[in-house]
Amino acid sequence: MAEIVLDKVTKRYPDGALAVSDMDIEIADGEFVILVGPSGCGKSTALNMIAGLEDISSGELRIDGQRANEKAPKDRDIAMVFQSYALYPHMSVRENMAFPLRLAKVDDATVKQKVEEAAEILDLTQHLDRRPSNLSGGQRQRVAMGRAIVRSPKAFLMDEPLSNLDAKLRGQMRTSVSKLQKQLGTTTVYVTHDQTEAMTLGDRVVVLRGGIVQQIGSPQFLYDHPANLFVAGFIGSPSMNFVPATLEEGVLKSPLGTITLTDRVRRLAEAADAPREVVAGIRPEHFEDAALVEETHRASGATFTAPVDVLESMGAEKYAYFTVEEELATTAELQELAADAGATDVPGGGSTIVTRLSASSEAREGQQLQVWFDADRIQLFDPSSGRNLTYSG
Amino acid sequence: MAVTTGRKARWALIDVVVVVYALFPVLWIASLSFKTKETLADGNFIPREWTLQNYADIFATNEFIRPLINSLGIATIATLIAVVLGMMAAYAIARLDFPGKKALIGVSLLIAMFPQISLVTPLFNIESALGLFDTWPGLILPYITFALPLAIYTLSAFFREIPWELEKAAKMDGATPGQAFWRVIAPLAAPGVFTTAILVFIFCWNDFVFAISLTSTEASRTVPAALSFFTGTSQFEDPTGTISAAAVVITVPIVLFVLFFQRRIVAGLTSGAVKG
Repeated sequence: MAEIVLDKVTKRYPDGALAVSDMDIEIADGEFVILVGPSGCGKSTALNMIAGLEDISSGELRIDGQRANEKAPKDRDIAMVFQSYALYPHMSVRENMAFPLRLAKVDDATVKQKVEEAAEILDLTQHLDRRPSNLSGGQRQRVAMGRAIVRSPKAFLMDEPLSNLDAKLRGQMRTSVSKLQKQLGTTTVYVTHDQTEAMTLGDRVVVLRGGIVQQIGSPQFLYDHPANLFVAGFIGSPSMNFVPATLEEGVLKSPLGTITLTDRVRRLAEAADAPREVVAGIRPEHFEDAALVEETHRASGATFTAPVDVLESMGAEKYAYFTVEEELATTAELQELAADAGATDVPGGGSTIVTRLSASSEAREGQQLQVWFDADRIQLFDPSSGRNLTYSG
Repeated sequence: MAVTTGRKARWALIDVVVVVYALFPVLWIASLSFKTKETLADGNFIPREWTLQNYADIFATNEFIRPLINSLGIATIATLIAVVLGMMAAYAIARLDFPGKKALIGVSLLIAMFPQISLVTPLFNIESALGLFDTWPGLILPYITFALPLAIYTLSAFFREIPWELEKAAKMDGATPGQAFWRVIAPLAAPGVFTTAILVFIFCWNDFVFAISLTSTEASRTVPAALSFFTGTSQFEDPTGTISAAAVVITVPIVLFVLFFQRRIVAGLTSGAVKG
């Protein structure tokens, strides 16, 4: 167990490409930290630098207060779970899990005991003498976890450990990873590009973009108070709706109608010296079928009426999709997010507003629907810098 | 899938033609080795009089046994050294980026293409001056030189197939680079190592050019060279029978060697390492 500190850690490749830039993260002992971001954001590079598999160009990495930049991976006492599992195919499950202990010259009796303990925890006892090639994806994943936990390292590093599993198994394994980490209380750094994993697993989430830390905070904090457009668009599923708007005297003119901002939002925007042209962001869950909103509550929001393009009924809730006449807000950040999600491949996919309605809504596809949204939950962003103008951290 | 009789017969015919074409000289030699001196030249494929005298003769003299020991020793040592060095070089070529990598590959290819015969005279002079002429190292050294390009080429192809993440995993598990190589990478490259070992061994075992020109006595003469010195018990006697018997005997180790290692060349040894 250990605390890991990244102090202005930078990775620059020989060809000049900057993979990670001035990364400052303090990971407390026993904490579960998630590094999240779209592909190519430098999250795996950061993890490899903590592991010692890649050199740090500048800055300092401290493990338990000691500079670790020059330490070889084997001397850092950190275990890693790879995306591909990287099991040794010529060894049985037992030998795979015993490998780190054998290298550490642990005596045979202790090796046997520790491997069996780990196998017990991970439900692998009956597979100990099989070869990795005879195991299912989920079992292989557990063997990889077993190999990491068996020697009680200072910290675990996990590089998208669940991304090769199918959706159902991924959900199950997500829960067991979380349980295991709490049970062992070992500092864990977990890399993923899946915002659901980031939201559900971590004590704290680090959002990365282009090698630069965008924001660090608890999942709920990032969801409620994104520092910029990128974080706002990345965290949350379905993601936040963004519309271009003009802000004048506390009144917001947008494709969703004219909205009078609440005092709280107006004060924040004024304090942030908001420009006239802004990007307004509203999460799908802050919309509701106007018919289901109580009269007294209605005043605190605004409504718009539009035909429902597509209605997805999920049982517990309904997702209604609307098309807005005007172009939706596009900035570099949002384009990057859209590209990462593959949305650019879907023609017209970018000009849709997603709303989450109660299951009791009587919305029908193709029919007009009056939709209410909470004006107090609107977030305003600067279109040029992406900064959140209503940030209240 | 139902295979018609006609189709089967056609394939059987083609197989027989290929096998006979390839093995006829070998079978003829085998046949000669079982013939008596009198029937040697009668032109019959199946000997009319069977004898094991030729085999008894070759094993009765040092003329054959000593070269056989030389051959085994020299080929084994050269193979061992070439494969170990080849593994290290191939690993470096497959995994590392170092200055002069392209030059190294180019030079090793150049050596492989060099006609050996053109090197015989210089090598003879060098080895005479160094006192290596007619010694085991005198043959082992050139064999390693010519076997290494072959070893490096075959092995680097195998190393490239091994997922790099396994090595990273080994490092994370506390292995030094050396331990990661010998305990994880090398066992996985085993099929490639055996394939290479077979090829190198056959090359050393069959060499005639160096063996005949860099040796002069039974101290280091290998079997292919020794065969050319076979004589009958008197100068009027025809040594064909004994030469044939010796040729059959030296083919046997190669066949055994290939059969033994062939079982080790299991395809798909790396399956299950990474996502399947």
